[in-house]
Amino acid sequence: MSGHSTYEPKTGIEKWLDSRLPIIRLGYDSFVDFPTPRNLNYWWTFGGILAVFLMIQIVTGIVLAMHYVAHEAHAFESVERIRRDVPFGWLIQSMHANGASFFFVAVYLHMFRGLYYGSYKAPREVLWILGVVIYLLMMATGFMGYVLPWGQMSYWGAMVITNLIGALPFVGDAIREWLWGGFSVGQATLNRFFSLHYLLPFVIAGVVGLHIWALHVPGNGNPAGLEIKDPKKDALPFHPYYTVKDGFAIIVYLMVFATFVFYMPNVLGHADNYIEANPLSTPAHIVPEWYYLPFYAILRAITFDIGPIDAKLGGVIAMFGAIGILFVLPWLDTSKVRSMRYRPLTRWFFIFFVIAALGLGWCGAKNPDDPFIGAVKFVHLAQFLTAYYFAYFIVILPVMGIVEKPKDRPASIEASVLGEDKS
Amino acid sequence: MMMTRIFAAALAAVGLSATALAVEGDTHAPENYAWEFEGPFGTFDRNAVQRGYQVYQEVCASCHSMNLMRFRNLGQKGGPFESEQYPNPNDNPIVMQIAAGYQVEDGPNDDGDMFMRDGLPSDAFPAPFENEQQARASNGGAYPPDLSLIVKARSGGADYIRSLLLGYEEAPEDSHLSPGQHYNAYFAGGAIAMAPPLVDDIISYDDGTTASMEQMAEDVVTFLTWAGDPHMEARKQMGVMVLMYLFIFAVLVYLAYRQVWRNVKH
Repeated sequence: MSGHSTYEPKTGIEKWLDSRLPIIRLGYDSFVDFPTPRNLNYWWTFGGILAVFLMIQIVTGIVLAMHYVAHEAHAFESVERIRRDVPFGWLIQSMHANGASFFFVAVYLHMFRGLYYGSYKAPREVLWILGVVIYLLMMATGFMGYVLPWGQMSYWGAMVITNLIGALPFVGDAIREWLWGGFSVGQATLNRFFSLHYLLPFVIAGVVGLHIWALHVPGNGNPAGLEIKDPKKDALPFHPYYTVKDGFAIIVYLMVFATFVFYMPNVLGHADNYIEANPLSTPAHIVPEWYYLPFYAILRAITFDIGPIDAKLGGVIAMFGAIGILFVLPWLDTSKVRSMRYRPLTRWFFIFFVIAALGLGWCGAKNPDDPFIGAVKFVHLAQFLTAYYFAYFIVILPVMGIVEKPKDRPASIEASVLGEDKS
Repeated sequence: MMMTRIFAAALAAVGLSATALAVEGDTHAPENYAWEFEGPFGTFDRNAVQRGYQVYQEVCASCHSMNLMRFRNLGQKGGPFESEQYPNPNDNPIVMQIAAGYQVEDGPNDDGDMFMRDGLPSDAFPAPFENEQQARASNGGAYPPDLSLIVKARSGGADYIRSLLLGYEEAPEDSHLSPGQHYNAYFAGGAIAMAPPLVDDIISYDDGTTASMEQMAEDVVTFLTWAGDPHMEARKQMGVMVLMYLFIFAVLVYLAYRQVWRNVKH
């Protein structure tokens, strides 16, 4: 898509098709001959890994939907029936449930890669924003998927999250009832969540198409943060160089995935979800799936009213704001230097940002009133880390771009590779 | 360096809070037991699962249902009465005999009447109570949970259930037990409605094993673990094949990668 096409149809049928629907040309230019920076490291393999996991989730999900029953009285039992009686159902169900976790692990690493190497900066803002859209869609899909087995955590997790909407002033209650399809989480909620859980992955696949399109206009970023100047020196054709490198990374990642699927299928889940949903019995400790924990911690960190905004609404705003801020990130970071390699101070702030994100996940798993150190409770730690999370985007990145003196950067991608080789 | 010091402090904080958590609360952590089914190559001891089924049938089943279980499950691949001779568990004579020991309501027949018949391998394990209300009425208001998934549905799993079964003791003086409650330090809060279910020699095992409390607890937990995860052995076996396949595939692709990139500095 960038540069002119080098595809030459050789056979008669290719020529015939090329003048009518140049789909082979599109594939060739996008995934065979596409000029790709020669210095991409393994952090760049997560895009391919994510594509594989989207396919795994869709294929296993379609099979599960053939056996699943979206009914309050049968949903829990139907998932157990899949695990017990459907041939290889235990495998497909475990792949789907653990696949969601591995999808999120990969997307988080992919996003941290983007944050570290400045992948969101011009001319890749739209590419980044489409990525954030995909991430939001994944969150919604994962949340609704977790409700379907209709265990205790499914039900009460759905109750907590949908109740957040009720915090909105004036319209909150009406929107919440509209989402529920009634006056509580129930049959109507389960049915519509199943419908949307089936729909959204295909929406994700569509946005992934746009994401790849937006990638192929400016081309890949890279660890040096430089653009391709001379494709002959700086770039390599995607195939075979990156098909084989991505392929290797995908297989290694699948090995880790298989270890969980076959040997620890329940480690990432919660024991309470093996108890059927019971609207009359609230679990002692409601926690969402691990991949929402940092945002859950941010939600619960706002324990104080801010002017007319009460603590609950404040928490909801902070939680959605934590994702929403990613949309404007390309314009918050004032530095022209993309890669943190050449940003000696910001690099440390980034590393602390990763620690803060993990720490928020830890806070999300804990009871806010549990002691952290002495009189400091987990809610206090969460408040500190939430402040840092937002400060990173609102204060540190805008200011550092102005005050920081970046290190010298190599003249070209080729020079960055050869220079590194000498040291 | 400043940053390094911050990290060191953060790490120390993690350690401190972990010790703080370990000493608080008077609920005992489950005792770790070396189960035969643990680990990547662990399998179920068939004899233990068979004995465990006997414990369930003769002790637990008077209050606890196992609604997800069918008699045929006992004879399926990986089950306690699996037999090479009868790949279809519905034909397995042991399973048929166990099922036939129960009377099951069926119908309606052509006259519109419900009738009782002998159980079949396809029938569910009969539940001790008609409904939750009846179960509560018979148990002083407490509801004995279904045991089909009990090992997976409790954090601590098999270790927790075993500790709980063996963990009854004299109530400490400061505990406030209501009538019908018993003290068990492994149960959250300490007060449990279930009376101590196991006593030495409360049953006599068909295979002659001495029915000590520990033996029965270990057997019934093995049975319940199997019931919650009946395809565990098939899962672990397939895992070995899949990982070996992926490992060889990874090595080949890595070699291909080295070959393709051999002349390119990167």
